Amino acid sequence: MTATVEEQFDQVVAHDRRIEPRDWMPEGYRKTMVRQISQHAHSEIIGMQPEGVWISSAPSLRRKAILLAKVQDEAGHGLYLYSAAETLGVDRSDLTNRLITGTQKYSSIFNYPTLTFADVGVIGWLVDGAAICNQVPLCRSSYGPYARAMVRICKEESFHQRQGYELLLTMMRGSQSQREMVQDATARWWWPSLMMFGPPDADSPNTAQSMRWRIKRHTNDELRQRFVDMTVPQADALGVTLPDPALRWNESRGAHDFGQPDWEEFKRVVGGDGPCNADRIAHRRAAQENGAWVREAAMAHAAKHPRFAPFSAPDQPDSGRPKVQSGGGSA
Amino acid sequence: MSTPGQDANWPLYEVFVRGKRGLNHVHVGSLHAADPDMALHHARDLYTRRNEGVGIWVVRADEITASSPDERDPFFAPSGDKVYRHPTFYAIPDDVPHI
Repeated sequence: MTATVEEQFDQVVAHDRRIEPRDWMPEGYRKTMVRQISQHAHSEIIGMQPEGVWISSAPSLRRKAILLAKVQDEAGHGLYLYSAAETLGVDRSDLTNRLITGTQKYSSIFNYPTLTFADVGVIGWLVDGAAICNQVPLCRSSYGPYARAMVRICKEESFHQRQGYELLLTMMRGSQSQREMVQDATARWWWPSLMMFGPPDADSPNTAQSMRWRIKRHTNDELRQRFVDMTVPQADALGVTLPDPALRWNESRGAHDFGQPDWEEFKRVVGGDGPCNADRIAHRRAAQENGAWVREAAMAHAAKHPRFAPFSAPDQPDSGRPKVQSGGGSA
Repeated sequence: MSTPGQDANWPLYEVFVRGKRGLNHVHVGSLHAADPDMALHHARDLYTRRNEGVGIWVVRADEITASSPDERDPFFAPSGDKVYRHPTFYAIPDDVPHI
């Protein structure tokens, strides 16, 4: 009963229980969680852009409805994660500022362009497939609000991956040029997808501490291997070739051997020098600035029409229950 | 709340969703909105895109009073030593049925 707060924290983590927002936590843990959750949130928000540009050019109403729903999900995932980050005492508008001023990063994958509609399918298949590999273990992350957000997100990612794969299957049944588009998009997205797991374990100094804190459950290389092993049979079924001459089944390891992505390119893209970095940030910044008057007007409206007087009149006894809103369903 | 001339930050609302009839509302997360009506609509769009709810409560985060985890032991201590509140406290012979 006389354990220090630090010992209590260590015990909660060691017993695989969850740390909750108002618990004591080491400053390094809090900083790591804020950084990881907010960069994850930024990735979801920026991740709306590569596919969002195809909404108005989707080849059918069915594909447009699917793509709209998917991009809306990405926004939702970003908001779940900002919500989780805020439980650590950070302010959402401050996080947005850090994104649009470039002081916080997001996943390098979203700095590549989407050249054809096949890219939409390949993003669902490979990029969301890699995200699922990364995110499923995070459902057991030691920080409760993050783990719960990941549970919601993982439920929705499965739709993302399947719609992408189905899109590609449909194109592979189409014309020769459509099949070539799928092959071309697969070749362009393969290496950036492998980079999504982060640098090799030997160059990932934060991994060990994150695993001790049970923020991370597997190393970058373990997850990358798992992704490759899952994806190879999917590529075979689709009839596309993954662009790695070193890729082959290793009987003795019971896993695929594969080549390394260009880690110098990874560093350049993370550092801001990818094909679309400047566009992505400029677009997000414009949305923030162009929306400022809407946010201000909504606040002005709310101030003019307060729903609850500061002190309720005595002839309106407070039931202690939330008021039923029109159109909001029964409380 | 908002400072004139500055970008207006919408306040934080906590969101509770009743998954289906027969269940309690459960806390699902939070969002920012200018007023409760907007919070309710945003909560619908954010937390019930796939029929996850039949009812939503929203409440401003700064209106919530919460127990503090630092005081967890003393705060909940009064229930710790009252084992007689549990049915297993009472020994009943094995041959007495339905009890």
